[in-house]
Amino acid sequence: MAEPVHASPAHDEHHHEQSFWRKYIFSTDHKVIGVQYSVTGLAFLFFGFVLMMVMRWNLAYPGEPIPFIGSLLGDNRAPGGIMLPDFYNELGAMHGTIMVFLGVVPLAVGGFGNFVMPLQLGAPDMAFPRINMISYWCLFMGGVTMFASFFLPNGAAGNGWTSYSPLADIALNGQTAWLIGMIFLITSSLLGAINFITTAIQLRAPGMTWMRLPFFCWAQIVTAFLLLLAFPPLEAAGVLQLMDRVANTSFFIPEGLVVGGEVLERSGGGSPLLWQHLFWFLAHPEVYVLILPAMGIVAEVIANNSRKPLWGYRSMVYSLIFLGFMSFIVWAHHMFITGMGSVMSTFFQTTTMIISIPSVIILSALFISLWGGSIRYNTPMLFALGFLPMFGIGGLTGLPLGLSAADIPLHDTYYVIGHFHYVVAPGTLFALFAGVYYWFPKVTGRKMNEFLGKLHFWPSLVFMNGVFFPMMIQGLNGVSRRLADGGITYDFAGEVAGLNRMMSVSAWCLAVAQIPFIINFFMSIRNGEKAGRNPWNSTTVEWLAPSPAPHGNFDQPIEVVRGPYEYSVPGSDKDYVPQAEPAST
Amino acid sequence: MEIPYTVEAHPETGLNNGKIGIWLFLTSEVMLFGALFATFIMLRLGSDGNWAAMQAEAELNIPLATLNTAVLIASSLTMVMAWASLMRGQLGRFKLFGWLTVGCGGIFLVIKYFEYTAKFEHHHYPESSTFLAIYFAMTGLHALHVIGGMAWNAYFTGPGSKVFHTNRQWLTDRVEHSGLFWHFVDLVWIFLFPVFYLL
Repeated sequence: MAEPVHASPAHDEHHHEQSFWRKYIFSTDHKVIGVQYSVTGLAFLFFGFVLMMVMRWNLAYPGEPIPFIGSLLGDNRAPGGIMLPDFYNELGAMHGTIMVFLGVVPLAVGGFGNFVMPLQLGAPDMAFPRINMISYWCLFMGGVTMFASFFLPNGAAGNGWTSYSPLADIALNGQTAWLIGMIFLITSSLLGAINFITTAIQLRAPGMTWMRLPFFCWAQIVTAFLLLLAFPPLEAAGVLQLMDRVANTSFFIPEGLVVGGEVLERSGGGSPLLWQHLFWFLAHPEVYVLILPAMGIVAEVIANNSRKPLWGYRSMVYSLIFLGFMSFIVWAHHMFITGMGSVMSTFFQTTTMIISIPSVIILSALFISLWGGSIRYNTPMLFALGFLPMFGIGGLTGLPLGLSAADIPLHDTYYVIGHFHYVVAPGTLFALFAGVYYWFPKVTGRKMNEFLGKLHFWPSLVFMNGVFFPMMIQGLNGVSRRLADGGITYDFAGEVAGLNRMMSVSAWCLAVAQIPFIINFFMSIRNGEKAGRNPWNSTTVEWLAPSPAPHGNFDQPIEVVRGPYEYSVPGSDKDYVPQAEPAST
Repeated sequence: MEIPYTVEAHPETGLNNGKIGIWLFLTSEVMLFGALFATFIMLRLGSDGNWAAMQAEAELNIPLATLNTAVLIASSLTMVMAWASLMRGQLGRFKLFGWLTVGCGGIFLVIKYFEYTAKFEHHHYPESSTFLAIYFAMTGLHALHVIGGMAWNAYFTGPGSKVFHTNRQWLTDRVEHSGLFWHFVDLVWIFLFPVFYLL
């Protein structure tokens, strides 16, 4: 009872100075939330990478004890340090789930979108700051649920990141925890998406017309629409699968399903294909959620470091919108081998071929933007330049998978894994690294070290290809992507099975190549070269704010008077003209 | 620091932030229930003609559901009346209609409770058939939305209404937004009722 009296003398001062908890933990400032998202995303990317490195041991050296950590895993996962296939399945499912939903999306959308987009719009904050905070904490809860599921008696979910029914309906592992975690993550995305779109519509600075928006903002807006409209069907599907698991319903269970030699005692009448439709209706747009923010980051970095306007800005924006729209009607190209019929297949392969056109337009425009530029080869630019051919390989190897006839032999092979990882690993992840190096000065006020950055980029480029290119070769030889031992027991894998060791060694070397980044990241927070407001001589609005920017972002009124990429304007005294000159000049 | 356009309308869009936010939320809700209706269609098409038999076996109570439909439509009316009273600056009438809206939601849930328990007494559970499974899934999710809408309305009618004296426009806007949500929940029921009980 005496406490309120006790606290009262300091009350007035605390009124203005926010407490540690309000300022850094339960903050409503979009920049703090963006950093929270980014750090969470980077941590989960690292964790998902570790899961994969453990998997790669069993692929390269099946049946041999895992070094260092093998004895720590316990007898139900790896007796004697030798990985059980069930544990491999867990690692595979959780690697996919964590990388997609807890690694790339929080970093690309939650992190960069939250931190950069309001600054680029010239807004003081997000439209709904408190919802923004709730959105992060929903993600956090989802992450905790997913992480904790590893410690359940039967382990984490192990039914693939796609959680296909009926396996996921009846599996004894942590699928229920996976579904609950996903519901948290979906809620987080939904709240974030509403916030992003409203902010972009309402809080643009005076003069920031739609065609003066930086390409990055466009990418975030389209991404937010995808999250808003594609995630609810997965939420519905998740609820139904949860009912299948806890209330014994049969949404995804057909009649007379035989499990372990006995007919399952369920009413039946459900459809396993229904789950796949609902899942891919989300998960195909989700691929664009992974790639569009990356394209946005690369566009910013390339325009800035080639000292040229983006080539074809308008066609890029229209392509982006078209891409977003089309991504809702291509989902069943993931289901060509389910026997859904040739009429459906024809429709979806046609839409799939059409959707490749806007992607190619954007990639071509980025390449042409380089032509004749005065390119600065700094670390963000190297990662952005690395993105272009890597994403190109990822995209072009996707074309055979989009044609139903070619997809049938390729679908269950490592070719699919190779294709997808070229899009998201050396593709999206390189773009995200470019973004980290590029916007780090705005977050901390200091630049990251260039030498360590290059030491991060070149080995990463080499080893990324070392991991993923052999997958294409294995896949074309027909090696199945679902085997815990890397296919060594199959004759046809014989000549290409040896590639598994090369891929695994590349993966571990890739981990070593991330050490310079980790050192650089933490070292530069305190000791990096001090950066002013605009260390890259950039045109967009975020660089007019102080570095680091205060609560409320700008110390001057922002009025935008020109387009986003006015570089090397003839007759100008410097090679860049900011979008919004300060109102005082 | 103030976020612009939380109360006043943006000069170009003519809307405030909350209005855009709630409409975006409703589009995602359309996708959520849309996916469930799609599930309904897939299950019905895949039932090999057993659907009518499953529906007959479930013995849904059409008179009670009709009454519930009337209750929900009435609550949409009182919702609009509550908002209109605020627009006219009549706090007392706003509170009357606000509590009537919440009360109608309560009546709906009570009737729903009797419907559910009658099903359970006859051993009709979600696991009994795909018809009952999708029935409980969709009406259950709808009931959760009703509870959410009731909580939202109860807050603004009860403790939240103090803002009336300091920022009337803010309160009016928030009630309008909760009304949009309430009408949406009502609309979902208008689809659920014929789909499960009548067709």
